[in-house]
Amino acid sequence: MADAQPILPPMIISPEREGTRPMVQVLHDWIVTVDHKKLGLMYFGYGIIFLVIGGIEAAIMRAQLAVANNHLVSPETFNRLFTMHGTTMIFFAAMPLVFGFANYLVPLMVGARDMAFPRLNAWSFWMSVFGGLILYFSWVGGFGLYGAGSAPDVGWFAYAPLTASSFSVGHSTDYWIIGILVSGFGSIGTALNVLTTTFCLRCPGMTLRRMPLLVWMNAVTMFLVLVALSPLTAAQVMLLIDRYLGGHFFDTQAGGSAVIWMHFFWIFGHPEVYILVLPAFAIVSEVIPVFSRKPIFGYNIMVAATVAIGFISLSVWAHHMFTIGMTSYANAFFVASTSAISVPTGIKIFNWIGTMWGGKIRYSVAMLFCVAFLCQFLIAGLTGIMLAAAPFDWQLGNSYFVVAHFHYVILGGIVMAIFAGVYYWYPKVTGKMLSETLGKWHFWLFVIGFHLTFDFMHIPGLLGMPRRIYTYDASRGWEIWNLIVSIGVIFQILGIVFLVLDLIWSYFKGAPAGNDPWDAWTLEWNTTSPPPDYNFAEIPVVLSRRPLWDLKHPEDPDWKYE
Amino acid sequence: MAAATITVPQTEMPLSASYRGKVGMWCLIVAESAIFSIFVVAYLYYAGKSISGPTPAQVLDIPWFNSICLFSSSLTIVLAEKALHHGNIKRFGLFWFLTIALGVIFLIGTGREWYGLIYHDGLTVSSSLFGTTFYSLVGLHAFHVTVGLIGLTIILIFTLLGALRQEHAARVSVFAMYWHFVDVIWVVVLSVVYFIAR
Repeated sequence: MADAQPILPPMIISPEREGTRPMVQVLHDWIVTVDHKKLGLMYFGYGIIFLVIGGIEAAIMRAQLAVANNHLVSPETFNRLFTMHGTTMIFFAAMPLVFGFANYLVPLMVGARDMAFPRLNAWSFWMSVFGGLILYFSWVGGFGLYGAGSAPDVGWFAYAPLTASSFSVGHSTDYWIIGILVSGFGSIGTALNVLTTTFCLRCPGMTLRRMPLLVWMNAVTMFLVLVALSPLTAAQVMLLIDRYLGGHFFDTQAGGSAVIWMHFFWIFGHPEVYILVLPAFAIVSEVIPVFSRKPIFGYNIMVAATVAIGFISLSVWAHHMFTIGMTSYANAFFVASTSAISVPTGIKIFNWIGTMWGGKIRYSVAMLFCVAFLCQFLIAGLTGIMLAAAPFDWQLGNSYFVVAHFHYVILGGIVMAIFAGVYYWYPKVTGKMLSETLGKWHFWLFVIGFHLTFDFMHIPGLLGMPRRIYTYDASRGWEIWNLIVSIGVIFQILGIVFLVLDLIWSYFKGAPAGNDPWDAWTLEWNTTSPPPDYNFAEIPVVLSRRPLWDLKHPEDPDWKYE
Repeated sequence: MAAATITVPQTEMPLSASYRGKVGMWCLIVAESAIFSIFVVAYLYYAGKSISGPTPAQVLDIPWFNSICLFSSSLTIVLAEKALHHGNIKRFGLFWFLTIALGVIFLIGTGREWYGLIYHDGLTVSSSLFGTTFYSLVGLHAFHVTVGLIGLTIILIFTLLGALRQEHAARVSVFAMYWHFVDVIWVVVLSVVYFIAR
């Protein structure tokens, strides 16, 4: 074994030039493609489009709430806006974005040529798109109560009996149900695909303990999709039975239960948070080591913590329901399990800090976003522990404090990590470097905007401002806080403008990236940028967790120590 | 650099690409089980909470014959798989056809049961909470049987056309896993609906 080397042939094939072919043909290629990279990019583009749409909805709501007694939009429109904002951001922005990363990166990182089921992959993607289109078709195609317009207005968790056919007249709620149902089928297909790819298509030598952390965390995520998204599918079918066949699942007048909808929804809803945050952890776990020039600190414990989070996350759902009056035993159980899940999460934060500790840190934009992620996710976790205490939650449940908390998780944690991923892998995907200058503008504007909005959003919550209210009186003392919160949105929009500018400008004018611009260690950097259709001309063989380190440092390879 | 032949230290047996059908089907089964478990939980939670009748004990008879048919189909499909594995296509076709026949008998039995419940006992999806949960859970299972039968029939058509060969044994086994799953779920549905909550 003394002169053993990983087999990683350098790539000589230059990527195909798409510009020389007619536009229609290129478009046709994208539509019929089963290539995991193209599908990953389409997931990403689809996620970004819906991120912007959901962001516009949020911006309109913040404009409405910026001053007291405002009537910028009607109350009915406001209800539709928060319903569509929540549904869009979770199902049609965040999930496609994380699935995009999984699709693009998992086969590359395990040294495979494609996913296990490429056609299923395309099917899943188009189902997700179809779901999003159905939901948004409701703006033009649905009709609701007279004067209540078209889009669904039942809130993103659609509590019974709001969704009963007598309270949601017309089809707006049906568009909500079917849109999510259809995209849910797509998500289950993707989950199955990624898991099978992870288990069956790893390249020779890549044992489970040598798998990049990104792949590990995405595998746990996809397991959660299988076991947690399916209950939502089941609950949506029940709701359809109630609405169309006159069933009584959630009909309290016939013995049904409105509370059981809450349980079914949150059995999905809380693991969903981890479905979104584990891929964010995955990105951070790849970016921080490369920019700290150290291998990840505590690989084994990171994997164990990920699996622990996966399991515990299935038993915390009712912390969303402390205010409905469960038994004290149920409250105690969910307080305990919710507090318990912060332990493996805390382990991860310590491991990331441990990776940075003593490292030669390079503050490129990707790393800046990771540092922002660490700080903000920590604060999100701290308010999470506060809300996990049932008595505290009785006071602040359904207030703006809760809204601030989960936006801290989703925007401050998940979206920041996704931005880090964009800056880290954009060179691989396009072959061009993103502009660091534009990137820093994006970073600082977005981070300042984020903190203006969501730091100050906690305060009106503490002062008693409930979520989802249309407007408020000037006498409540909430005005100044709401104004600051709304001003923060402007900075965030500017930040996103810089991101889009950077993405477009660098695609045409960016510096060429080469195969491995960051001097990184995982397999995707061993192929060309962008990778050819078949990823690797020869299937690589790996000997350690950092195959490219072994290749670059034959005198001191990793596999001697693992 | 990569010229020297090397031995890769194997510390575990990796699942190779040839297992991907099985792994994929297992994933689907996990997802489907989650869907069924929600319906089962709803059924158990709502058991005895109907405001109006009829009650399960009044109208439900244990479908012995039906269940025996469905469980036997798991045996016939195993025999069919074995025959295909040994390259005996005729024997495969026979047992595969038997599997379909048993599945169809099960569906007809369910249909007769539902006919009686609807026209004699007046139990419908909208008549009471029991009706809602009963038709949803049993119907969800019957839907899966139907999907399974469609798949089985497609494979039977391939067999009759002579397109099915011994080398397809692994793929056919993957589909058979789904049929076994449908049978196993019937054990759960049967015990919940006809025994535990009756």
